[in-house]
Amino acid sequence: MKLTLKVWRQNGANEPGRFETHQVEADEHMSFLEMMDVLNEGLLAEKKTPIAFEHDCREGICGSCNMVINGRPHGPNSGTTTCQLHMRYFKDGETITIEPWRAKSFPIIKDLVVDRTSFDRIIQAGGYISVNTGQAQDGNSIAIEKDLAGQAFDAATCIGCGACVAACPNGSAMLFTAAKIAHLGLLPQGEVEHKTRVQSMVNQMDEEGFGACSNTAACEADCPKEISITNIAMMNRAYMGSVLGSQK
Amino acid sequence: MSWFLKFLTSSIGQKLIMSLTGLFLITFLVVHLAGNLQLLANDQGESFNTYAYFMTNNPFIKTTSYGLYFFILLHTIQGIALAIKNRGAKGSKYAVSSNAKTSSSGTKMALLGTLILAFLCIHMGDFWFKMKFTDTLAMVSYDGVDMQVKDLYSRVSLAFSNPILVVVYVIGQIVLAMHLWHGFQSAFQTLGLNHRKYTPAIHFLGKAYAILIPLGFVIIPLAHFFSK
Repeated sequence: MKLTLKVWRQNGANEPGRFETHQVEADEHMSFLEMMDVLNEGLLAEKKTPIAFEHDCREGICGSCNMVINGRPHGPNSGTTTCQLHMRYFKDGETITIEPWRAKSFPIIKDLVVDRTSFDRIIQAGGYISVNTGQAQDGNSIAIEKDLAGQAFDAATCIGCGACVAACPNGSAMLFTAAKIAHLGLLPQGEVEHKTRVQSMVNQMDEEGFGACSNTAACEADCPKEISITNIAMMNRAYMGSVLGSQK
Repeated sequence: MSWFLKFLTSSIGQKLIMSLTGLFLITFLVVHLAGNLQLLANDQGESFNTYAYFMTNNPFIKTTSYGLYFFILLHTIQGIALAIKNRGAKGSKYAVSSNAKTSSSGTKMALLGTLILAFLCIHMGDFWFKMKFTDTLAMVSYDGVDMQVKDLYSRVSLAFSNPILVVVYVIGQIVLAMHLWHGFQSAFQTLGLNHRKYTPAIHFLGKAYAILIPLGFVIIPLAHFFSK
Protein backbone atom coordinates (compact mmCIF):
# COMPACT_ATOMS: atom_id res chain seq x y z
CA MET A 1 0.00 0.00 0.00
CA LYS A 2 1.16 3.49 -0.91
CA LEU A 3 0.81 6.17 1.74
CA THR A 4 1.47 9.90 1.96
CA LEU A 5 2.77 10.96 5.36
CA LYS A 6 2.67 14.50 6.68
CA VAL A 7 5.14 14.36 9.56
CA TRP A 8 6.00 17.08 12.06
CA ARG A 9 9.71 18.00 12.05
CA GLN A 10 11.21 20.18 14.76
CA ASN A 11 14.78 20.41 16.00
CA GLY A 12 14.06 21.47 19.58
CA ALA A 13 11.58 23.09 21.97
CA ASN A 14 12.46 26.61 20.90
CA GLU A 15 12.94 25.91 17.20
CA PRO A 16 10.15 26.49 14.71
CA GLY A 17 8.41 23.31 13.55
CA ARG A 18 6.97 22.37 10.17
CA PHE A 19 5.27 19.52 8.35
CA GLU A 20 7.29 17.44 5.90
CA THR A 21 5.59 15.27 3.31
CA HIS A 22 6.92 11.80 2.45
CA GLN A 23 5.73 8.88 0.35
CA VAL A 24 6.09 5.41 1.79
CA GLU A 25 5.40 1.92 0.49
CA ALA A 26 4.03 -0.17 3.36
CA ASP A 27 2.54 -3.59 3.91
CA GLU A 28 -0.84 -3.91 5.62
CA HIS A 29 0.63 -6.47 8.06
CA MET A 30 3.16 -3.97 9.35
CA SER A 31 2.68 -2.18 12.63
CA PHE A 32 2.64 1.60 12.47
CA LEU A 33 6.17 1.73 13.91
CA GLU A 34 7.46 -0.74 11.31
CA MET A 35 6.03 1.52 8.64
CA MET A 36 7.94 4.42 10.28
CA ASP A 37 11.09 2.26 10.24
CA VAL A 38 10.68 1.70 6.50
CA LEU A 39 10.32 5.44 6.01
CA ASN A 40 13.45 6.15 8.09
CA GLU A 41 15.53 3.54 6.20
CA GLY A 42 14.51 5.26 3.00
CA LEU A 43 15.56 8.63 4.45
CA LEU A 44 18.92 7.21 5.59
CA ALA A 45 19.54 5.74 2.13
CA GLU A 46 19.00 9.23 0.73
CA LYS A 47 21.42 10.59 3.39
CA LYS A 48 18.64 12.57 5.05
CA THR A 49 18.00 12.86 8.79
CA PRO A 50 15.57 10.15 9.92
CA ILE A 51 12.43 11.14 11.80
CA ALA A 52 12.98 10.95 15.55
CA PHE A 53 10.31 8.97 17.37
CA GLU A 54 10.34 7.13 20.68
CA HIS A 55 9.86 3.38 20.90
CA ASP A 56 10.95 0.57 23.18
CA CYS A 57 8.92 -2.57 23.91
CA ARG A 58 6.71 -2.54 20.83
CA GLU A 59 4.11 -4.59 22.70
CA GLY A 60 1.99 -1.87 24.32
CA ILE A 61 3.44 -1.73 27.83
CA CYS A 62 6.29 0.79 27.88
CA GLY A 63 4.33 3.90 26.89
CA SER A 64 6.97 5.45 24.68
CA CYS A 65 5.63 5.12 21.10
CA ASN A 66 3.83 8.44 21.35
CA MET A 67 2.45 10.14 18.27
CA VAL A 68 -0.78 11.84 17.34
CA ILE A 69 -2.08 10.13 14.23
CA ASN A 70 -4.76 12.00 12.28
CA GLY A 71 -5.61 14.06 15.34
CA ARG A 72 -5.81 11.17 17.80
CA PRO A 73 -3.12 10.09 20.27
CA HIS A 74 -2.07 6.52 19.39
CA GLY A 75 -4.25 6.59 16.28
CA PRO A 76 -7.85 5.82 15.43
CA ASN A 77 -8.33 2.57 17.36
CA SER A 78 -9.36 2.71 20.99
CA GLY A 79 -7.42 0.78 23.61
CA THR A 80 -4.22 0.44 21.57
CA THR A 81 -0.82 2.05 21.54
CA THR A 82 0.83 3.15 18.29
CA CYS A 83 3.00 0.01 18.22
CA GLN A 84 -0.15 -2.15 18.39
CA LEU A 85 -1.78 -0.26 15.53
CA HIS A 86 -1.54 -2.10 12.23
CA MET A 87 -1.47 -0.66 8.75
CA ARG A 88 -4.57 -2.66 7.72
CA TYR A 89 -6.62 0.02 9.49
CA PHE A 90 -5.52 2.52 6.84
CA LYS A 91 -6.53 2.69 3.19
CA ASP A 92 -4.19 2.47 0.21
CA GLY A 93 -3.39 5.98 -0.99
CA GLU A 94 -4.38 7.59 2.31
CA THR A 95 -2.69 10.71 3.69
CA ILE A 96 -1.74 10.32 7.34
CA THR A 97 -0.84 13.30 9.51
CA ILE A 98 1.60 12.53 12.33
CA GLU A 99 2.22 15.05 15.11
CA PRO A 100 3.94 14.96 18.51
CA TRP A 101 2.10 15.22 21.84
CA ARG A 102 1.20 18.88 22.19
CA ALA A 103 1.24 20.33 25.71
CA LYS A 104 3.31 23.07 27.31
CA SER A 105 4.57 20.68 29.99
CA PHE A 106 5.77 18.23 27.29
CA PRO A 107 8.34 20.32 25.39
CA ILE A 108 9.47 18.85 22.08
CA ILE A 109 12.98 17.37 22.09
CA LYS A 110 13.05 16.49 18.41
CA ASP A 111 10.39 15.76 15.77
CA LEU A 112 7.92 13.40 17.49
CA VAL A 113 9.87 12.97 20.73
CA VAL A 114 8.68 15.01 23.70
CA ASP A 115 10.17 15.47 27.15
CA ARG A 116 7.90 13.73 29.67
CA THR A 117 10.08 14.17 32.75
CA SER A 118 7.26 16.26 34.24
CA PHE A 119 5.50 12.90 34.76
CA ASP A 120 8.59 11.55 36.51
CA ARG A 121 8.57 14.52 38.88
CA ILE A 122 4.88 13.89 39.71
CA ILE A 123 5.81 10.29 40.60
CA GLN A 124 8.84 11.49 42.59
CA ALA A 125 6.54 13.76 44.60
CA GLY A 126 4.70 10.81 46.11
CA GLY A 127 3.96 8.02 43.65
CA TYR A 128 5.63 5.35 45.74
CA ILE A 129 5.30 3.41 48.98
CA SER A 130 8.05 4.20 51.48
CA VAL A 131 7.38 1.16 53.68
CA ASN A 132 10.03 -1.50 53.28
CA THR A 133 8.02 -4.58 52.38
CA GLY A 134 10.90 -7.04 52.52
CA GLN A 135 10.42 -10.36 50.78
CA ALA A 136 7.31 -10.86 48.66
CA GLN A 137 4.55 -12.10 50.93
CA ASP A 138 2.24 -15.00 50.34
CA GLY A 139 -0.59 -13.81 48.08
CA ASN A 140 -3.21 -14.86 50.61
CA SER A 141 -1.67 -13.23 53.66
CA ILE A 142 -3.33 -9.85 53.06
CA ALA A 143 -7.05 -10.09 52.40
CA ILE A 144 -8.16 -7.63 49.69
CA GLU A 145 -11.68 -7.50 48.35
CA LYS A 146 -11.83 -8.71 44.73
CA ASP A 147 -13.56 -5.54 43.41
CA LEU A 148 -11.03 -3.30 45.12
CA ALA A 149 -8.12 -5.30 43.75
CA GLY A 150 -9.71 -5.04 40.30
CA GLN A 151 -10.15 -1.28 40.60
CA ALA A 152 -6.55 -0.83 41.74
CA PHE A 153 -5.33 -3.05 38.92
CA ASP A 154 -7.34 -1.13 36.30
CA ALA A 155 -5.66 2.09 37.48
CA ALA A 156 -2.27 0.36 37.60
CA THR A 157 -2.47 -0.49 33.89
CA CYS A 158 -1.49 3.17 33.22
CA ILE A 159 1.75 3.09 31.26
CA GLY A 160 2.44 6.81 31.73
CA CYS A 161 2.54 7.48 27.98
CA GLY A 162 0.88 10.89 28.30
CA ALA A 163 -1.90 10.30 25.76
CA CYS A 164 -4.31 11.80 28.31
CA VAL A 165 -2.38 15.08 28.30
CA ALA A 166 -2.07 14.95 24.51
CA ALA A 167 -5.82 14.39 24.07
CA CYS A 168 -6.92 16.96 26.64
CA PRO A 169 -7.83 20.37 25.19
CA ASN A 170 -6.43 21.83 28.42
CA GLY A 171 -3.22 19.80 28.49
CA SER A 172 -4.27 18.43 31.87
CA ALA A 173 -2.46 15.53 33.54
CA MET A 174 -5.31 14.65 35.87
CA LEU A 175 -6.02 11.20 34.44
CA PHE A 176 -2.37 10.15 34.82
CA THR A 177 -2.06 11.57 38.34
CA ALA A 178 -5.44 10.15 39.37
CA ALA A 179 -4.57 6.68 38.05
CA LYS A 180 -1.32 6.62 40.03
CA ILE A 181 -3.04 7.88 43.20
CA ALA A 182 -5.81 5.28 42.81
CA HIS A 183 -3.56 2.31 42.14
CA LEU A 184 -1.44 3.02 45.20
CA GLY A 185 -4.14 4.31 47.53
CA LEU A 186 -6.68 1.54 47.04
CA LEU A 187 -4.41 -1.21 48.35
CA PRO A 188 -3.47 -1.60 52.04
CA GLN A 189 0.27 -1.03 51.60
CA GLY A 190 -0.31 2.28 49.82
CA GLU A 191 -3.29 3.45 51.83
CA VAL A 192 -1.07 4.43 54.78
CA GLU A 193 0.42 7.38 52.87
CA HIS A 194 -2.67 8.07 50.74
CA LYS A 195 -3.62 11.45 52.24
CA THR A 196 -0.17 12.99 52.07
CA ARG A 197 0.48 11.41 48.66
CA VAL A 198 -2.64 12.99 47.14
CA GLN A 199 -1.58 16.47 48.24
CA SER A 200 2.02 16.21 47.15
CA MET A 201 1.25 14.68 43.76
CA VAL A 202 -1.52 17.21 42.95
CA ASN A 203 0.75 20.08 44.05
CA GLN A 204 3.54 18.81 41.79
CA MET A 205 1.08 18.36 38.90
CA ASP A 206 0.07 22.02 39.29
CA GLU A 207 3.68 23.14 39.58
CA GLU A 208 4.52 21.44 36.29
CA GLY A 209 2.01 23.75 34.59
CA PHE A 210 -0.55 21.19 33.44
CA GLY A 211 -4.06 22.54 32.84
CA ALA A 212 -7.19 21.91 34.91
CA CYS A 213 -9.81 19.29 34.10
CA SER A 214 -12.94 20.33 32.15
CA ASN A 215 -14.49 16.85 32.41
CA THR A 216 -14.65 16.46 28.62
CA ALA A 217 -13.44 12.84 28.97
CA ALA A 218 -11.19 13.22 25.91
CA CYS A 219 -8.43 11.53 27.95
CA GLU A 220 -10.55 8.47 28.65
CA ALA A 221 -11.46 8.14 24.97
CA ASP A 222 -7.83 8.15 23.83
CA CYS A 223 -6.15 6.31 26.73
CA PRO A 224 -4.56 3.16 25.29
CA LYS A 225 -5.33 1.40 28.59
CA GLU A 226 -8.89 2.79 28.72
CA ILE A 227 -8.49 4.21 32.22
CA SER A 228 -11.75 5.74 33.45
CA ILE A 229 -12.29 9.32 34.59
CA THR A 230 -13.93 7.89 37.74
CA ASN A 231 -10.32 7.92 38.96
CA ILE A 232 -10.30 11.72 38.56
CA ALA A 233 -13.46 11.98 40.67
CA MET A 234 -11.77 9.78 43.26
CA MET A 235 -8.69 12.02 43.23
CA ASN A 236 -10.79 15.20 43.59
CA ARG A 237 -12.60 13.66 46.55
CA ALA A 238 -9.35 12.51 48.14
CA TYR A 239 -7.63 15.87 47.58
CA MET A 240 -10.48 17.88 49.09
CA GLY A 241 -10.78 15.41 51.96
CA SER A 242 -7.06 15.49 52.59
CA VAL A 243 -6.63 19.28 52.50
CA LEU A 244 -9.78 20.09 54.46
CA GLY A 245 -9.93 17.08 56.75
CA SER A 246 -6.42 16.01 57.67
CA GLN A 247 -3.90 17.65 60.02
CA LYS A 248 -1.41 18.17 57.16
CA MET B 1 -4.93 30.72 56.13
CA SER B 2 -2.26 30.29 53.48
CA TRP B 3 -3.08 26.56 53.16
CA PHE B 4 -6.68 27.46 52.38
CA LEU B 5 -5.70 29.99 49.72
CA LYS B 6 -3.34 27.44 48.22
CA PHE B 7 -6.23 24.95 48.17
CA LEU B 8 -8.59 27.36 46.41
CA THR B 9 -5.98 28.31 43.81
CA SER B 10 -4.94 24.70 43.07
CA SER B 11 -6.33 23.21 39.86
CA ILE B 12 -8.84 21.13 41.85
CA GLY B 13 -9.71 24.08 44.13
CA GLN B 14 -10.43 26.33 41.15
CA LYS B 15 -12.67 23.66 39.67
CA LEU B 16 -14.39 23.31 43.05
CA ILE B 17 -15.27 27.02 42.90
CA MET B 18 -16.70 26.54 39.38
CA SER B 19 -18.68 23.53 40.54
CA LEU B 20 -20.19 25.04 43.69
CA THR B 21 -21.06 28.40 42.13
CA GLY B 22 -22.45 26.55 39.10
CA LEU B 23 -24.70 24.40 41.28
CA PHE B 24 -25.91 27.53 43.09
CA LEU B 25 -26.78 29.15 39.75
CA ILE B 26 -28.51 25.92 38.64
CA THR B 27 -30.69 26.10 41.77
CA PHE B 28 -31.36 29.78 41.13
CA LEU B 29 -32.63 29.03 37.60
CA VAL B 30 -35.42 26.83 39.01
CA VAL B 31 -36.59 29.58 41.38
CA HIS B 32 -36.28 32.20 38.63
CA LEU B 33 -38.32 30.12 36.19
CA ALA B 34 -40.98 29.24 38.77
CA GLY B 35 -41.50 32.95 39.52
CA ASN B 36 -41.36 34.10 35.92
CA LEU B 37 -43.90 31.57 34.67
CA GLN B 38 -46.41 33.93 36.35
CA LEU B 39 -45.84 36.13 33.31
CA LEU B 40 -48.01 33.63 31.47
CA ALA B 41 -50.94 34.16 33.90
CA ASN B 42 -53.88 35.91 32.29
CA ASP B 43 -54.44 38.50 35.05
CA GLN B 44 -52.97 41.73 33.61
CA GLY B 45 -49.81 41.10 35.55
CA GLU B 46 -51.24 41.11 39.07
CA SER B 47 -49.58 37.92 40.28
CA PHE B 48 -46.26 38.73 38.56
CA ASN B 49 -46.10 42.36 39.73
CA THR B 50 -46.90 41.52 43.35
CA TYR B 51 -44.32 38.71 43.14
CA ALA B 52 -41.75 41.15 41.72
CA TYR B 53 -42.51 43.55 44.58
CA PHE B 54 -41.98 40.77 47.10
CA MET B 55 -38.71 39.72 45.45
CA THR B 56 -37.28 43.25 45.54
CA ASN B 57 -38.40 44.09 49.08
CA ASN B 58 -38.17 40.94 51.17
CA PRO B 59 -34.96 41.24 53.26
CA PHE B 60 -34.13 37.52 52.96
CA ILE B 61 -34.49 37.56 49.16
CA LYS B 62 -32.49 40.79 48.97
CA THR B 63 -29.61 39.27 50.94
CA THR B 64 -29.69 36.14 48.78
CA SER B 65 -29.68 38.28 45.64
CA TYR B 66 -26.37 39.88 46.70
CA GLY B 67 -25.02 36.36 47.04
CA LEU B 68 -26.33 35.61 43.55
CA TYR B 69 -24.58 38.64 42.01
CA PHE B 70 -21.39 37.65 43.80
CA PHE B 71 -21.57 34.03 42.62
CA ILE B 72 -22.28 35.08 39.02
CA LEU B 73 -19.17 37.29 39.14
CA LEU B 74 -17.09 34.58 40.84
CA HIS B 75 -18.18 31.94 38.31
CA THR B 76 -17.32 34.35 35.48
CA ILE B 77 -13.94 35.50 36.78
CA GLN B 78 -12.82 32.02 37.84
CA GLY B 79 -14.05 30.61 34.52
CA ILE B 80 -12.09 33.16 32.50
CA ALA B 81 -8.99 32.57 34.66
CA LEU B 82 -9.24 28.81 34.08
CA ALA B 83 -9.79 29.22 30.35
CA ILE B 84 -6.65 31.37 30.07
CA LYS B 85 -4.60 28.97 32.20
CA ASN B 86 -5.83 25.93 30.23
CA ARG B 87 -5.13 27.53 26.88
CA GLY B 88 -1.61 28.30 28.06
CA ALA B 89 -1.12 24.73 29.29
CA LYS B 90 -2.06 23.34 25.88
CA GLY B 91 0.32 25.63 24.05
CA SER B 92 -0.08 24.83 20.36
CA LYS B 93 -2.98 23.13 18.64
CA TYR B 94 -3.05 20.05 16.42
CA ALA B 95 -3.19 20.47 12.67
CA VAL B 96 -5.83 17.74 12.46
CA SER B 97 -8.54 18.01 15.08
CA SER B 98 -9.63 14.91 16.90
CA ASN B 99 -13.02 13.36 16.32
CA ALA B 100 -12.96 11.23 19.45
CA LYS B 101 -16.16 10.71 21.38
CA THR B 102 -15.80 13.71 23.64
CA SER B 103 -18.26 16.22 24.95
CA SER B 104 -18.54 18.90 22.27
CA SER B 105 -20.11 21.52 24.52
CA GLY B 106 -17.57 20.63 27.21
CA THR B 107 -14.74 22.04 25.12
CA LYS B 108 -16.65 25.29 24.52
CA MET B 109 -17.75 26.15 28.05
CA ALA B 110 -15.80 29.41 28.18
CA LEU B 111 -17.24 30.62 24.88
CA LEU B 112 -20.77 29.58 25.86
CA GLY B 113 -20.31 31.21 29.26
CA THR B 114 -19.18 34.48 27.68
CA LEU B 115 -22.25 34.47 25.43
CA ILE B 116 -24.46 33.86 28.47
CA LEU B 117 -22.78 36.81 30.23
CA ALA B 118 -23.54 39.02 27.21
CA PHE B 119 -27.13 37.80 27.30
CA LEU B 120 -27.31 38.53 31.05
CA CYS B 121 -26.19 42.12 30.43
CA ILE B 122 -28.97 42.63 27.89
CA HIS B 123 -31.48 40.84 30.12
CA MET B 124 -30.64 42.70 33.34
CA GLY B 125 -30.30 46.04 31.56
CA ASP B 126 -33.78 45.63 30.17
CA PHE B 127 -35.64 44.65 33.33
CA TRP B 128 -33.59 44.56 36.53
CA PHE B 129 -31.87 47.90 35.93
CA LYS B 130 -35.06 49.65 34.78
CA MET B 131 -36.97 48.26 37.76
CA LYS B 132 -34.39 49.15 40.39
CA PHE B 133 -32.67 52.30 39.21
CA THR B 134 -35.12 54.21 36.97
CA ASP B 135 -38.60 55.61 37.25
CA THR B 136 -39.61 54.49 33.79
CA LEU B 137 -42.01 51.86 35.15
CA ALA B 138 -45.62 52.86 35.79
CA MET B 139 -47.21 52.26 39.20
CA VAL B 140 -50.27 50.04 39.44
CA SER B 141 -52.52 48.93 42.27
CA TYR B 142 -54.69 45.86 42.59
CA ASP B 143 -57.82 45.02 44.58
CA GLY B 144 -56.98 43.64 48.00
CA VAL B 145 -53.42 45.01 47.90
CA ASP B 146 -53.18 48.28 49.83
CA MET B 147 -50.19 49.73 48.00
CA GLN B 148 -48.91 50.56 44.56
CA VAL B 149 -46.39 48.27 42.85
CA LYS B 150 -44.20 48.81 39.81
CA ASP B 151 -45.72 47.48 36.60
CA LEU B 152 -42.84 45.28 35.47
CA TYR B 153 -45.30 43.01 33.67
CA SER B 154 -46.15 45.70 31.09
CA ARG B 155 -42.47 46.48 30.61
CA VAL B 156 -41.77 42.77 29.91
CA SER B 157 -44.75 42.49 27.62
CA LEU B 158 -43.66 45.60 25.71
CA ALA B 159 -40.09 44.34 25.38
CA PHE B 160 -41.26 41.02 23.97
CA SER B 161 -43.25 42.72 21.22
CA ASN B 162 -39.85 43.44 19.65
CA PRO B 163 -39.00 40.51 17.34
CA ILE B 164 -35.24 41.20 17.56
CA LEU B 165 -35.30 40.89 21.33
CA VAL B 166 -37.36 37.69 21.10
CA VAL B 167 -34.73 36.21 18.78
CA VAL B 168 -31.97 37.29 21.22
CA TYR B 169 -33.82 35.49 24.02
CA VAL B 170 -34.28 32.31 21.96
CA ILE B 171 -30.56 32.26 21.08
CA GLY B 172 -29.68 33.05 24.70
CA GLN B 173 -31.64 30.06 25.92
CA ILE B 174 -30.11 27.71 23.32
CA VAL B 175 -26.66 28.79 24.51
CA LEU B 176 -27.74 28.28 28.12
CA ALA B 177 -29.00 24.79 27.27
CA MET B 178 -25.64 23.87 25.72
CA HIS B 179 -23.78 25.24 28.76
CA LEU B 180 -25.99 23.23 31.14
CA TRP B 181 -25.76 20.08 28.98
CA HIS B 182 -22.13 19.75 30.05
CA GLY B 183 -22.12 21.87 33.20
CA PHE B 184 -24.71 20.00 35.24
CA GLN B 185 -23.00 16.61 35.26
CA SER B 186 -19.55 18.19 35.21
CA ALA B 187 -20.24 19.91 38.54
CA PHE B 188 -20.86 16.53 40.18
CA GLN B 189 -17.76 14.93 38.63
CA THR B 190 -15.62 17.81 39.94
CA LEU B 191 -17.01 17.31 43.44
CA GLY B 192 -15.88 13.71 43.16
CA LEU B 193 -19.43 12.42 43.01
CA ASN B 194 -18.98 9.70 40.43
CA HIS B 195 -20.70 6.48 41.33
CA ARG B 196 -21.66 3.44 39.29
CA LYS B 197 -25.23 3.57 40.63
CA TYR B 198 -25.93 7.31 40.71
CA THR B 199 -23.91 8.82 37.86
CA PRO B 200 -26.26 7.58 35.08
CA ALA B 201 -29.13 9.23 36.96
CA ILE B 202 -27.14 12.49 37.32
CA HIS B 203 -26.39 12.45 33.58
CA PHE B 204 -30.07 11.88 32.74
CA LEU B 205 -31.24 14.55 35.16
CA GLY B 206 -28.65 17.00 33.79
CA LYS B 207 -29.75 16.52 30.21
CA ALA B 208 -33.44 16.76 31.12
CA TYR B 209 -32.68 19.92 33.11
CA ALA B 210 -30.64 21.41 30.26
CA ILE B 211 -33.62 21.00 27.93
CA LEU B 212 -36.59 21.73 30.20
CA ILE B 213 -35.38 24.87 32.04
CA PRO B 214 -34.34 26.85 28.90
CA LEU B 215 -37.51 25.61 27.20
CA GLY B 216 -39.57 26.96 30.09
CA PHE B 217 -37.82 30.33 29.83
CA VAL B 218 -38.17 30.57 26.07
CA ILE B 219 -41.95 30.02 26.23
CA ILE B 220 -42.34 33.42 27.99
CA PRO B 221 -41.07 35.75 25.21
CA LEU B 222 -42.66 33.57 22.53
CA ALA B 223 -46.05 33.57 24.29
CA HIS B 224 -45.97 37.35 24.71
CA PHE B 225 -44.86 37.92 21.13
CA PHE B 226 -47.46 35.68 19.52
CA SER B 227 -50.35 36.70 21.79
CA LYS B 228 -50.26 40.22 20.31
